[in-house]
Amino acid sequence: MAVFIEAIVTAVRLMAEGSPELWNIIGVTFHVALVSTTFGIVLGAPMGFVMGASRFRGRSVLIALTNTAMAVPPVVIGLVVMMVLSRQGPLGPLGLLYTVDAMSIAQTLIAAPIIAGLTSAAVASVPYKLRLQARSLGASRVHEAFLTLKEARLGVVAAVAAGFGAVVRGVGAVLMVGGNIEGQTRVLTTAIVQEARRGDFGLALALGVILMTITFGLNGLITWYQHAGERWERGANA
Amino acid sequence: MLEYRFGSAVFRRAVPVLLVSVVALLLVACADGEPRPTPDDAAAPEPVEVTNVVIASTTSTEDSGLFGALVPAFEDAHPQYRVSVVAVGTGQALEIGRNKDADVVLVHAKADEETFVAEGYGEERLDVMYNDFVLVGPPADPAGIAGRTDAAAAFSTIAAGEHAFVSRGDDSGTHKKEMSIWDATGIGASGPWYLSVGQGMGDVLTMASEVEAYTLADRGTYLAMRERLELAVHVEGDERLFNPYGVIVVTDASNLDGARAFAAWIVSAEAQEIIRTFGVDAYGEPLFVPDAE
Repeated sequence: MAVFIEAIVTAVRLMAEGSPELWNIIGVTFHVALVSTTFGIVLGAPMGFVMGASRFRGRSVLIALTNTAMAVPPVVIGLVVMMVLSRQGPLGPLGLLYTVDAMSIAQTLIAAPIIAGLTSAAVASVPYKLRLQARSLGASRVHEAFLTLKEARLGVVAAVAAGFGAVVRGVGAVLMVGGNIEGQTRVLTTAIVQEARRGDFGLALALGVILMTITFGLNGLITWYQHAGERWERGANA
Repeated sequence: MLEYRFGSAVFRRAVPVLLVSVVALLLVACADGEPRPTPDDAAAPEPVEVTNVVIASTTSTEDSGLFGALVPAFEDAHPQYRVSVVAVGTGQALEIGRNKDADVVLVHAKADEETFVAEGYGEERLDVMYNDFVLVGPPADPAGIAGRTDAAAAFSTIAAGEHAFVSRGDDSGTHKKEMSIWDATGIGASGPWYLSVGQGMGDVLTMASEVEAYTLADRGTYLAMRERLELAVHVEGDERLFNPYGVIVVTDASNLDGARAFAAWIVSAEAQEIIRTFGVDAYGEPLFVPDAE
């Protein structure tokens, strides 16, 4: 038990000291997480909306593929991105391997299917009758889509939170394509792996506490938004 | 409620199926476990209880493939033991040993190993073998260090020209060796050209090959991966590049007998011969030189 308390104390001390290396690691971590979540939303949310809201040929196959993509191990995605960006790979001349951009690309490929899959589920759970009603009341297709999205927004927010969670906690892919280079591509998770490998379990755990603390803060904002939505709904229904 | 009833219906249907499966499994297990009468084969060895021996070792040893040759031979010689190898950095390997999560450690950082024994975490350090480190880099050799015999001078040249250099940066035996050479140069290696990556030997070689950088590697891992790398050996043979491996039985290890058996076996003539010839078929030269007394 003392180990865990010590880790929390170390985490607080590290944060208070605010060494440039630590801030660099935290900065790279959230740069990659935010960039990849943003691109994950751009790619995944519209696809998820279409999969959830409309009926078309091959929809089930597409949903099954998305759900499969959600389960692909991050190291496999990392391996594929690494091979593509390698000097021998098709995009080798871009010189992206072992850069922050390479990490963002890999993490986007991890976030997008999660956001697409969960958005699709959230949108599909909006009662169809509601949409029919809206249309019978004269809503245009675009209007109907907005209404559906509004109804599904709590689930969509959860989808984004899940995508963000997957990239911020991911280690396999970023280690492979980023290389954990000190001061350049080191993120909290890869630093944790490294400190654990060195045998400094206390520092590794402290970095884990820092990661969880910051992620907790961000998730707190999301939860606050969700609850605000729920309160608003209850108020509106009363 | 609806989900619950559906769930329980499935469960009710599943119960008989599960029961049948369990009974079938039990029958099979019993049939297998039944000691069959073997009057003709009275000399058959008594079935022994197999226990697990956990070896904490380094990624460079694992990456070279040496354990693939040693472990089956040990298990043949001692069928009562099964070996699990945990391949990590030297720092973590020793830490795992301190926590008694491993029975034996086989690493290459002599000073740390001696401290480990002196602090009472290990019984005794025995020499097992050595290999050497090589300074590898892009075949074009932008720093012009090929053929140097002084590793420290070669390091100085790389730093002066700010040529990319990938460092293990993980407190491993290889990283400590690298740091000792930087110490000898009197230069503090830092800057954007110096990439400290905190990863295993195989990963570091791959990265060095990709970014056309120099790195210090143990010969074994380099030779094992040579064909997939665009890296050549530029500096070798310096005494500073000598890399001795030791085996240590962890004090009060959970499988102490197994640990002692392994340590005694790896310094035996049989294991030393395996080490002496390992790699000759594949690389044309041995990767390790056995030096147990």
